[in-house]
Amino acid sequence: MAERERKGAPPFGGSFVAKATVMDAEQIRRAVKRMAHEILERNGGLDDVVIVGLQTGGIEPALHLVEAFETIEGTRPPLGSVDVAFHRDDIGLRPVLPEAPTDIPTELTGATVILVDDVLFTGRTVRAALDALNDFGRPRSVQLAVMVDRGHRELPIRADYVGKNLPSARSEVVNVTMSGVEIGEMQK
Amino acid sequence: MSAYLIRGGTVADAIETRTGDLGIAGGVIVPVDDLPSDATEIDATGCIVSTGLVDLNAHLGEPGDEAAETMVSAGEAAVLGGFTTVLAMPDTHPCVDTAAVVEHVRLLGEHALCNIEVAGAVTVGNKGENLAPLAELAAAGVRFITDCGSGVQDPLLLRRALEYAKPLGLTIAQPADCVALSRATHMHEGEWSSRLGLAGSPAEAEEINVMRDISLVRLTGGRLHFQTLSTAGSFAIVSAAAQSGLPISSEVTTHHLRLCDADLAGYDTNLKVTPPLRAAGDARAAMSAVAAGRVDCIVTDHTPHTTDRKERPFDHAATGTVGLETALAAALCSGVPHEVVLRSMSWRPAELLGLGTPQERSLQPGAPADVVVIDPNETWTVRVGSLATLGTNSAFEGTELTGRVRSTIVGGQLVVDQGKVAA
Amino acid sequence: MKHLLSIDELTTDELQELLRITPSFAEVASRRIAKVPALRGLTVATLFYEDSTRTRLSFEVAAKRLSADTLNVSVASSSVNKGESLRDTAETIEAMGIDAVVVRHASSGAPWQLTKWLDASVINAGDGWHQHPTQALLDCFTLQQELGSLEGRHIAIVGDIKHSRVARSDVSAFTRLGATVTLVAPPTLLPPATETWPVTVSHDLDSVLTDVDAVYLLRMQKERMRESLVPDLREYTALYGLTAARASKLGTKIPILHPGPMNRGVEIAADVPDLDQVVVVDQVRNGVAVRMAVLFMLLGSGNSGLPTDSLPAMAEEVPA
Repeated sequence: MAERERKGAPPFGGSFVAKATVMDAEQIRRAVKRMAHEILERNGGLDDVVIVGLQTGGIEPALHLVEAFETIEGTRPPLGSVDVAFHRDDIGLRPVLPEAPTDIPTELTGATVILVDDVLFTGRTVRAALDALNDFGRPRSVQLAVMVDRGHRELPIRADYVGKNLPSARSEVVNVTMSGVEIGEMQK
Repeated sequence: MSAYLIRGGTVADAIETRTGDLGIAGGVIVPVDDLPSDATEIDATGCIVSTGLVDLNAHLGEPGDEAAETMVSAGEAAVLGGFTTVLAMPDTHPCVDTAAVVEHVRLLGEHALCNIEVAGAVTVGNKGENLAPLAELAAAGVRFITDCGSGVQDPLLLRRALEYAKPLGLTIAQPADCVALSRATHMHEGEWSSRLGLAGSPAEAEEINVMRDISLVRLTGGRLHFQTLSTAGSFAIVSAAAQSGLPISSEVTTHHLRLCDADLAGYDTNLKVTPPLRAAGDARAAMSAVAAGRVDCIVTDHTPHTTDRKERPFDHAATGTVGLETALAAALCSGVPHEVVLRSMSWRPAELLGLGTPQERSLQPGAPADVVVIDPNETWTVRVGSLATLGTNSAFEGTELTGRVRSTIVGGQLVVDQGKVAA
Repeated sequence: MKHLLSIDELTTDELQELLRITPSFAEVASRRIAKVPALRGLTVATLFYEDSTRTRLSFEVAAKRLSADTLNVSVASSSVNKGESLRDTAETIEAMGIDAVVVRHASSGAPWQLTKWLDASVINAGDGWHQHPTQALLDCFTLQQELGSLEGRHIAIVGDIKHSRVARSDVSAFTRLGATVTLVAPPTLLPPATETWPVTVSHDLDSVLTDVDAVYLLRMQKERMRESLVPDLREYTALYGLTAARASKLGTKIPILHPGPMNRGVEIAADVPDLDQVVVVDQVRNGVAVRMAVLFMLLGSGNSGLPTDSLPAMAEEVPA
């Protein structure tokens, strides 16, 4: 979960305190590699595949996926990023400013877009990202890859590729970096 | 006529300051022993008992601007502020430029709880073109004449006015403002006008006319009273000239003592006044000039307006602030000693207006019973909605002031009791 | 942050934050479908007491790209003189349920006064000689594009400083971002008390131009002649105009800015605006992005004054 979102969430001004490490760097590397294979298998290669990371938590996993493709296939699919700040359903309710300009390097009409994020939780960010992508064309399909699916969906959204299914309490917080996945909570 | 026994206060007049009681009966001060047994007692413990205040500069609305102020509302404001006599400025509609209008204003003034003295215009309609019938005004009892606003601009006209007025015993009261330099300006020129992007009038626009008018006094020997001086330079120039024996006197407003141009940062149009609030250094100079007696009087320059005239962009808003109810407190808590405040707001303006020497007005048996009882320690916050004036424009809105009038007695009648207009 | 009234009221952090997020909005403006739903359902009114088609359009485009509804409250330029109080106008707008008011007024301070009677956010689009904060933001953004950073850069602002809200806003913004500023103008077109400004002052354009990283020209208005502030335009141009000769001495690397509209032949020679280093068009384009950022910051970023403890849970976050 992105730092900027944590800042805007109750308890405001709290800091993340880890309770347990659920994946280490090596496990993450292996999960990324497996997800890359699954993407290749499902789409029969990388033709028309575009990788789009969600600002900000999805940027690093997306980059690692692209690197995995390069290792496996010897080619890098186009990599972009999308900032959902303008498409959120809670605009005006919390202090969230855009992080970086959305960067879609290629026309999306007809493409297979792999949206990448760190944590899938309520599904609202993915909903916003799907909206944001509309402005860049009409993809043939959009698939979702997440490092952690922690449940608690509030919208009919599911992930196509999952690094780890992690049962969690609603009140817990999942922290994903490429060196590890931790579960914990925000404390004042 | 009623009789009063003012008990336990500190009686301060031009002669002495003493602790003791004061008797009033039949419209004059009487020895306490001569009071009738049913005299009303007024507890003045912890209070200052002094001669009623006199304001040499107030705009009272009537005639012509009754929406902003009437003699009734202005009179209540005046007595609540401790004033027993107020000099009404002549820039009314019609302008006080004939004896007939003087009489009319006097009649209107009878509705006021305080005494109303009437100032006349120097020129017909305050237009600065032709002299008003000054002898006629003097015969109608006018003592001060003024083209309030910016004062007489034409030096030849001012020379004639000083010459003509001199044998009539008239004092020409004159704000110092060189309009050619100050036209279309909205505040003091300096760091703050620069920052706020408002056209400013330099201190020199005032000082040039101060110097010019002093020269004309020297030339003519006529009496001149500088209204609403506001710059450090003006105070220095005027006090030097007065010390050299020229027949000049001067006044400053309480808002120029207490406020400065930096206070305009929020574009509060209630702080738009003429002359403009000057730099902080000018306000300090005003304070020390008052304390040293280099300025004769502290005035209100009470200028009431209806809300719509102030709820406009700063450069389109009317100028002026109400002041009758706040002036004494603002002066008392400015750091100037009490006796200086009383001299500047009572004894000296009364003398300039011909109401009697400080000795004649002192609270001795036989003196007129214009008396004010002031609680110097009461702290209150100015809220224009709870003031008696109809004007809604106070430069001190929201300010906490210390010092408040407890009682005011005009001509032997108790008109303010316990800080409220007596029923 | 509820209002944007002046550059001085922004903290340096807020100023930098606005400049940091501006590229995100520039990206939206560059899309084929240049519209995002960020401010859907909100209404932005432009209240221009003084004509300025370009600024009004810029705000309208910015608001529309963020899906806000816009409406143009037309105010007869003489209505102030006719006696309409500022409060009446404010209350009329308030009654229409508007979320933000973009106000341009010939009187310094008018936007401050409006905030007294409006619940809506007030954005100052220029008040008298005083402030024009979005102009300063777009100027900073443009200069950052040209120079990388303003830190340690030397910027000359040339022309009628005295009557310029652009100069007052730019001096504050540029210097707070680390630039040094030299004002170049005849003494009569300088504001009083410039010694209290964080600038140096010069009356010699040629010597200043030997050592600048950017030149900012201000519009010279013809009515200044009537006020005896300068003898005539020919002399002004000779001393303070960016003539072809001065432009060529400046070289091709130094960006030249102007708030527009330009008086060709007065503050800038007729052909100079066509040089590559004149970034006036970039300023206009950046103006839209900066104004989007401002509108989003005021209306869309949750700083609108709602109590934070009443917020629903974050999309990807825990409830309280």
